[in-house]
Amino acid sequence: MKLYPPLSSRFLRVWQRNWTVYRQSWKISFIPPLLEPLFYLLAFGVGLGTLVGNIRYGGTEIAYVRFIAPALIAITVMNSSFFENTYGSFVRMYYQKTFDAMMATPLTVEEIIAGEIIWGATKAVIATALMMVVISFFGLIRYPEGLLLLPLAFLGGLAFGAAGMVCTSLVPNIELFNLPVFLFITPMFLFGGTFFPVENLPGWAQTTAALLPLTHLVDLSRAFTNGRIDAGLLPGIGYLTVFAAITFPLALYKMRKRLIK
Amino acid sequence: MNAVIEAEHLRKTFGLLVAVDDLSFSVAAGECFGILGPNGAGKTSTIRMVYAFSPPSGGTLHVLGLDITRQARAVKSRIGVCQQENNIDPDLTVLQNLEVFARYFNIPVAEATRRSRELLGFMALDHRENSRAVDLSGGMIRRLVMARALLNRPELLILDEPTTGLDPQSRHQVWERLEELRANGLSILLTTHNMDEASRLCDRLIIVDRGRLLVEGKPAELVSRHVGRHFGHRLIVDVEDGAALYREIEERFCDNGGCVMRMATLEDVFLRLTGRELRE
Repeated sequence: MKLYPPLSSRFLRVWQRNWTVYRQSWKISFIPPLLEPLFYLLAFGVGLGTLVGNIRYGGTEIAYVRFIAPALIAITVMNSSFFENTYGSFVRMYYQKTFDAMMATPLTVEEIIAGEIIWGATKAVIATALMMVVISFFGLIRYPEGLLLLPLAFLGGLAFGAAGMVCTSLVPNIELFNLPVFLFITPMFLFGGTFFPVENLPGWAQTTAALLPLTHLVDLSRAFTNGRIDAGLLPGIGYLTVFAAITFPLALYKMRKRLIK
Repeated sequence: MNAVIEAEHLRKTFGLLVAVDDLSFSVAAGECFGILGPNGAGKTSTIRMVYAFSPPSGGTLHVLGLDITRQARAVKSRIGVCQQENNIDPDLTVLQNLEVFARYFNIPVAEATRRSRELLGFMALDHRENSRAVDLSGGMIRRLVMARALLNRPELLILDEPTTGLDPQSRHQVWERLEELRANGLSILLTTHNMDEASRLCDRLIIVDRGRLLVEGKPAELVSRHVGRHFGHRLIVDVEDGAALYREIEERFCDNGGCVMRMATLEDVFLRLTGRELRE
């Protein structure tokens, strides 16, 4: 049963629904993105940073705290969109039956899922904006280049959100999300050039890291935070764009398979 | 005939399982039409096809004159649906639940709020407008789901077991609302395994089992047609003065109230046609 067109601007209605729900609890939703960078900057930047001192990155010496601040933003982009479109979307689909209710209205599955993924990306942008406020107090973001972090968060959010939605289309129960988190998210969190440069890893691990989306997101985030804008960023942007261009339609296709019975 | 639903040789399979098997029926405008059957009979599978939720595996299905497989979006914008689950948004208030849902139909904001308030009044929920939906009782949630299904001023209302799990009071409240809607000319399609519900609300109904149509007709007709005289251990007697005969039977054949007299009901029809064993 196809509806034509399968994807119209009505996906915004699904986005709006999530926005309305989010506003109900914004006071709580705002706290993690504000406090998390504070904790990390304190623990790693100040605590660990005094041990580490400066590190070599991109041919220059930079303070450790300056090295990890952009990585924290990239990690938040990954986590907020991935978790929104796995646990969050799964609860709406499976427990609250929100998608079932929507599917009895003129909305199509494609619009519902597109709205969900774009909502996940929106949450990544909101979290990034809040973190930027905190990190800017430490003088760690250069403006106006730093504002590019916001569209970057959207692109990264689409990539990770769509990947999360593909997982949602596959898992039979919510516990199984541990698998992609353990095999995909945690390794990237640790080895994606976040807390130490990828160059410190052995060759094979560097190659593996270059295949992972977070590595590119961290690189781009570091560039924008430090005001570096050059052609060297294009491969990273290209990678994330292609990653999203594959996972996004795949998520729509797999969710149609799952939901239309 | 001015039919709101026309199903011909409708079929639905899930792999090897045949949920709906060659089912044909039609519902006229302004009619309240029931689909009865035990659990797993194919009721939900049937109406899910009618509200364009799941594609038929075979046969043809027209709703409001539109082909369900090709004009699903047009159909969905003109019907209202109460699914079996109470899939409301628990984090939102009662009013917000309606306003958010109205957006899915592209109803403008001011109009959505106006209709929401009006429907909350109709469903006797206006005093709970600002309660969080999660705090409502089961009966109230059910009425909220019904209000939600009426937001787009549907020409056909589809309800999947509208009163399952409700206490008698809430059930009667739902029935009264449905009767009022029917009196105002709304076409209604409902599934149920509650016989009181079917005889009270339905102008016409079908009984299905194992995906197949068993019988079709008006509730009263079905009772007299199918459960006439004998029924299992029951003796069903058609006499003018039942009370006198009953007293005599009781005195002569029954010790300590072993006999009960009651009228034949639609439930007798149902059980006779679908059997008495449980379907779990």
